[in-house]
Amino acid sequence: MGQGMDIVGALLLLGGTFFLLLGGLGLLRMPDLYNRIQAGTKATTLGTLLSLLGVFLLRPEWGWKLLLIGVFLIFTNPLSSQVLARAAHRSGAHKSPATQVDRLAEDRAEP
Amino acid sequence: MVESLISLAALLAGVAFLFALVRFIKGPTAADRVVAFDVMTIVSISFIVFIALLGDRVIYLDVALVYALLSFLGVIVFARYLERGF
Amino acid sequence: MSAEPTTASSVSGLRQFFVLVLTLMLFWLMLMGSLDGQVLLVGLIASSVIALLFRSGLTFFTEMRLNPMAIIAGFMYYGYFFKELVKANFTLAGVVLSPDLPINPGIVKVRTKLKSRMGRLMLANSITLTPGTLTVELDGEWIYVHWVLMESEDIEQATAKIVAGWEHYLEVIYG
Repeated sequence: MGQGMDIVGALLLLGGTFFLLLGGLGLLRMPDLYNRIQAGTKATTLGTLLSLLGVFLLRPEWGWKLLLIGVFLIFTNPLSSQVLARAAHRSGAHKSPATQVDRLAEDRAEP
Repeated sequence: MVESLISLAALLAGVAFLFALVRFIKGPTAADRVVAFDVMTIVSISFIVFIALLGDRVIYLDVALVYALLSFLGVIVFARYLERGF
Repeated sequence: MSAEPTTASSVSGLRQFFVLVLTLMLFWLMLMGSLDGQVLLVGLIASSVIALLFRSGLTFFTEMRLNPMAIIAGFMYYGYFFKELVKANFTLAGVVLSPDLPINPGIVKVRTKLKSRMGRLMLANSITLTPGTLTVELDGEWIYVHWVLMESEDIEQATAKIVAGWEHYLEVIYG
């Protein structure tokens, strides 16, 4: 049983890094800051959580500390993305020409 | 088997880190670099956890936690700086 | 005339204090990974001091309701959360891996029914992790969302698409 668990754990860990890789690729390919943040946050959050879950299956006795790292990431990762996106919008970051509509800029324009 | 899977995972994480590094160098704005840096930090957290696993040292998990904390604070501080205007 | 509000606020202040101490204790015990007498004592002292000093700044920790309905909704919220997170990643993987990068981005405006600060914060965080959406600005009941694969720029339709699924649970937990 222990052996099978170990392999599932290692596979989860590998799956997690696959999402990290996708996040990196998205960061590279996306045309503007907002799309890059989107690619960066989502992929790295799931990627890290899967890796942590994989490590948990390999070393169950580390469970509490891994859970703490996971909980911390779930809260702070989206929060830092959001704060950065807001700051970028307020300081007028470049938007890709593909952007269809910007309600926030419209609402800012008319007081 | 398990060891080689972990090594392969570390390799993938390394490539992800390189992608983020390219974005970090290319920019073009400071905010893009901060996003890239944030992704690099989070990839590093996985990396530190893998090292903890391979070396069987639970103490490295504390390093990962502090790393996550510093990355979060770093982004927040930068965002504040950006909002005050360049 | 002023007696009743004072009593009510000091009772809720006491409740707030205990919830905060318990939350901090939980973090401490997870970090230490032991239930040793000394660990418990140090944690209890440190948590109480922090709770006393920073009570007013940390109120968002204690805004959730603690009735059975809220706890059930909490579990269901996390189930929905992980489902959406996985969906978000497959959506994104499809975009990132296709050669012509099919995106259709836009910043739309949505409205939330939630009143509490923590509820709104959790909603904003959840939106950031759901398929293709990123919270850009919070302004009272209005939330501005960057949407990679924009389906509608209408406020009502965007709200139904982006917000409704989360509000269903968060309404019960935070109000």
